[in-house]
Amino acid sequence: MAILQLGVLALVVIAGTALVLTRDVRSQSIVLSLFGLILALMFMVFQAPDVALSQIVVGAVGLPLMVLLAIAKLRRDHQELEQEHKRKGRT
Amino acid sequence: MHRPRLVLFFAGAMGFVCLFVFGFTPLRHPRDIRNRYAQQINTRTFAERNITDAVSAVNFDYRGFDTLGEEFILFVSVLGSLLLLRMEAERKEGILMDAAERSRDLGASDAMGLWILAMVAPKLVFGIYIVTHGQLTPGGGFQGGVILATAALIIYCGKGFPIFRKMLSHSAIEILEALGAGGFVAIGMLAFLWHRPFLTNVLPLGKAHELTSGGTIALISLATGLEVSAGFVLLLYAFLQETLTERGED
Repeated sequence: MAILQLGVLALVVIAGTALVLTRDVRSQSIVLSLFGLILALMFMVFQAPDVALSQIVVGAVGLPLMVLLAIAKLRRDHQELEQEHKRKGRT
Repeated sequence: MHRPRLVLFFAGAMGFVCLFVFGFTPLRHPRDIRNRYAQQINTRTFAERNITDAVSAVNFDYRGFDTLGEEFILFVSVLGSLLLLRMEAERKEGILMDAAERSRDLGASDAMGLWILAMVAPKLVFGIYIVTHGQLTPGGGFQGGVILATAALIIYCGKGFPIFRKMLSHSAIEILEALGAGGFVAIGMLAFLWHRPFLTNVLPLGKAHELTSGGTIALISLATGLEVSAGFVLLLYAFLQETLTERGED
């Protein structure tokens, strides 16, 4: 049991470090999803299945999705702004 | 190049490690913790409420009022997001997205789309199972509700936003969310009929290990499931509408 707990904590450390070291925001949201799954695993190992269930969905699906959608929106706003600048430059 | 920054980081990190170790060494192993509240809950829920999942008893009965607050936090934040994103949509009417975005909006290939859609029904069943068995096994309204919401997400992943919008009616989901949020309060006010305080568990407790056990716990769990799933779908709706559709189409 202690080995299992230590192992899952080591996984959390590795995944957390990987998450911070990922520099591209899009890849980071995918690593975030993996990190969420590992956190859910940790909750399961530490005998909190209720928390693990919500963590699986919120941490592994919900949060990365919201991050991705926000990135998509920001990038589109940026493109629109550039197009507007070009249009203004021409006239 | 980043040397000063690294030095600063290591100084901070070392300080953090010291405090962390200092703070955590006196903590006992989770196995040895004898928390009086936890012990009370563990020994009493089965006898007092006829249910087998102590967490659900705490969430929906003993601490039901806290959960009511949490549910309305979710309700209000969904409302706020909808409001903010809607204003944005009006401001930028008439702007078209570029061709790349449009092609991405069509969703996955036909074969992938079919596979993904085949997962919708099992996901729905699993979500409903988690919502309705909250009083028996780990799970309950919140967990099941979020799983139900991912069924909607999967429709978008497989078929793209136009089909998503066709299959899910925005106004119907709004009504469901309101029903979920209002249902929680209504079940809480049921206790007034028996002249008991708000959120007292007044319904018959039923037989343990059965779906109908737990009195109001199962009903509140159901209401929470409705509110959480509808809230998440609305959030998804707003985000997708704002990010992925052409303007002037709605």
